[in-house]
Amino acid sequence: MAELTYREAVARGIAQEMARDPDVVFLGEDIGKAGGVFKATVGLHEQFGPLRVRDTPISEQAILGAAMGAAMTGLKPIAEIMFSDFFAVCFDYIANEFAKSRYMSNGQVKCPLVVRTGNGGGARFGAQHSQSVENWCMMIPGLKVVAPSTPRDVIGLLAAAVRDPDPVIFLEHKSLYPVKGEVPDGEIVDRLGAATIVRPGKDATIAALALMVPRAIAAADKLKTEHGIDCEVIDVRSLVPLDTRTILGSVTRTHRLFTVEENPRLCGWGAEIVSIVADEAFYDLDGPPVRITTPHIPLPAADILEDMALPTVERIVDRVKRAMES
Amino acid sequence: MAKIEDRALAPSASLNDDIGEENRLRMYRMQVEIREAEQRAYDLFLQNLVKGTSHLSLGQEAVAAGCAAAMKPGDLSFCTYRGHAHTLARGVSIEKVLGELMQRDNGLMRGKGGSMHLTSVDHGVMGSYAIIGAHLPIACGAAWRAQYKGQKDVSVCFFGDGTTNIGAFHEALNFAVVWKLPVIFVCENNLYMEYTPIGDVTAVPNPAADRAAAYGLARIVIDGNDADIVYRTAAAAYEKARAGGGPSLIECLTYRYSGHSRADPAKYRPEGELEKWKERDPIKLYRERLKQFGVSEDTIVAIEEYAKRRVDEATEKCKAAPPPATEILTTDVYADGGFAWRN
Repeated sequence: MAELTYREAVARGIAQEMARDPDVVFLGEDIGKAGGVFKATVGLHEQFGPLRVRDTPISEQAILGAAMGAAMTGLKPIAEIMFSDFFAVCFDYIANEFAKSRYMSNGQVKCPLVVRTGNGGGARFGAQHSQSVENWCMMIPGLKVVAPSTPRDVIGLLAAAVRDPDPVIFLEHKSLYPVKGEVPDGEIVDRLGAATIVRPGKDATIAALALMVPRAIAAADKLKTEHGIDCEVIDVRSLVPLDTRTILGSVTRTHRLFTVEENPRLCGWGAEIVSIVADEAFYDLDGPPVRITTPHIPLPAADILEDMALPTVERIVDRVKRAMES
Repeated sequence: MAKIEDRALAPSASLNDDIGEENRLRMYRMQVEIREAEQRAYDLFLQNLVKGTSHLSLGQEAVAAGCAAAMKPGDLSFCTYRGHAHTLARGVSIEKVLGELMQRDNGLMRGKGGSMHLTSVDHGVMGSYAIIGAHLPIACGAAWRAQYKGQKDVSVCFFGDGTTNIGAFHEALNFAVVWKLPVIFVCENNLYMEYTPIGDVTAVPNPAADRAAAYGLARIVIDGNDADIVYRTAAAAYEKARAGGGPSLIECLTYRYSGHSRADPAKYRPEGELEKWKERDPIKLYRERLKQFGVSEDTIVAIEEYAKRRVDEATEKCKAAPPPATEILTTDVYADGGFAWRN
C-alpha cells in the first residue's frame, strides 16, 4: 500500500500498461520531456524513451487522428488532450471518426485507443479551460466514457481503458490531481461499466462523478450527523457502459434519487440516469428525483463566482435536506 | 488561378521500359474498370438503383491506377468520399463496391457505410473519409505504427484540392515531416472545390504544391492524367518513405467529368473546358501509349471487353442481391459486436 496523488496515479497507471505491452504508446503536447502541464506524466519519457512517449505539436486533430491511425493498424495508443475543452477543436475524431469507423465498416476497423484529458472546474481557469465535457462524449454511439474519482481508480480504470478494444474517453479531473489516496501495491485492473457504492446508506441515493464524489461523501456525512439523513453515495465511475443495476438497486432500497453533476444543466449525464430511474423504478420512488448541477452558464474565472456555479457540499446538503423534508 | 493551358505539365513518359508491359496492362485494366464501374454507378443512379449520394472519379482514373499499381501488398490507402476509384484500384471487387452503392447485402460493408465510406481492410483500403481532411492525420498514425514497429509499408492518403484549405491538412503535413513518417499525400487537383473553382478560394495557384515549402517538402506537380507519370512519381515517393526519408506531397493535375456529387450538373464550368480535358482523357492517352509500346489492338480490346463484362456481371449480381439483413442495424457499434451501453 502506498499513498499517491491522483496525478502520480496517472503516471503509474500509464507505466503499468506500457511495461506490460510494447504496443502501448503515448502521445500529446508536453507529455514527454516536460512531464505534462499537470505533472501527471512525469518520468514516463525517461522510463520508456522518446519513441513510445512522443511530444507533439499543438495540433489536436493530428494527435487524435494519429492515435486513430495507429490504433486501427495495431497499436494501443494513449493520446492526451491537455484540457477537455480542446475536444472542440478535434471533435471530428471523437464524434465522427473513431466512434463510428467500426460500425460504418461493418466491423472491419478497430480503434482500441484511450483519450486522456484534464476535465472539470475549480481551478479558476475560466470558461474555456474548466468545462466538464462528459456529456459531450456520452451521447456518441461507439465511445466508452470513464471518470475516476480516486488515485486507485485512476490506475484501475486506466488499465481497463487501455485493455479495452473500443475507444475510451478517460476524463481526469483537474481539481483532483493533488488529492492523495491509498493505492495497493502491484498491478491494478478494474473493469469498465461498474459503479461503486462508496458510502452505504438507507434514506437516499446520491449518484456522483469525479470531483463531485468527494463532495457528495462530505455532504452525506453532514446530512447524517446534522440532520439524521442517511445517504448512500454511488461513484458512477463509468458513464458508458453505465452500471444501471447498481443505481437502480440502490434507488429500490432508498426510494430517493439525487444526482450531483458538474455539467451545465441541460443534457447533463444525470438527466439520463433520472430518465432511466423514472422509466424503470418509478413506483419505488418516494419523491421526485433531484438533479444538482451547474447552472446553464459558461464557467466564470473568479473564485467567488466559480464556487457559486459548481455544486458544493453545502448546496448538496441543502438540496437533499429540502427535498427530504418536503 | 492558373488556367489549364498555363499549367506546367510534366513531360510525357519517355519510352523506356522501367514500368514494363505487365504493369502497363494492369494500369490500363484498372483505368478501364474504374471508368466502366463509375459510369455504371451513374447509370444506376439515374435508374434510382444507386441511392444516397455518390461522388464519381470519371476523368481521374489515372491517379488511382498509377498510385495503386506502384503499391506493394500491405501498403495502405486512405481515401475520401470520392473513393470508389481508389478502392477498385486496390483490387476490391466491382460487385462489392456497386453492392454498397446500391445498398445491398452483398455490399462491401453490407450497406452500413455507403458510397462515401468504402473500406476493405483486407485490401489495405483503410477507409474512405467524408469529413474533409480527417484522414490525413489518420494516415500519419498508420505510418507512425509502421515506423514504430519497423514495418516497411507506406500509407498513401488521397484527397482533393479543396482539402488543402482545411486545418487538418496543415496539421498532418507538419506532423508527418516532424516525425519523418512514411506517408504519402496525394492531392487530386481537379480544379474545383465542390462547385467553386479552387483558385477563387486559395491563396496560391497550386493548392497543394505551393504549400509544400512551408513544411520543408519538395514541390511536386504532375500530369495526373498520365498513369505512367503518376506511377513513377508515386513509386519514387514510396521508395523514399520506405527508406526512412519521410513524407511526400504530390499534386496531380486532373479533371472530373461529372459534377461534385450526383446532385451537381456542373453548370459552373466555362464552355469548352470539359471538352478540352477530354482531349487529354487518361484512358484515351493510355490506349495510345500501349499501342506505342506495341500492344496489339486485340489485347487492348480484350481488356476493354473484359472490364465491361465484369461490370455487367457485377450489376446483375447486385440487382439480384437482397437488401441488408435488418439484424445488422445494431451490430458492431462496440467490439463485443453489439450496441449495449448499459447493464
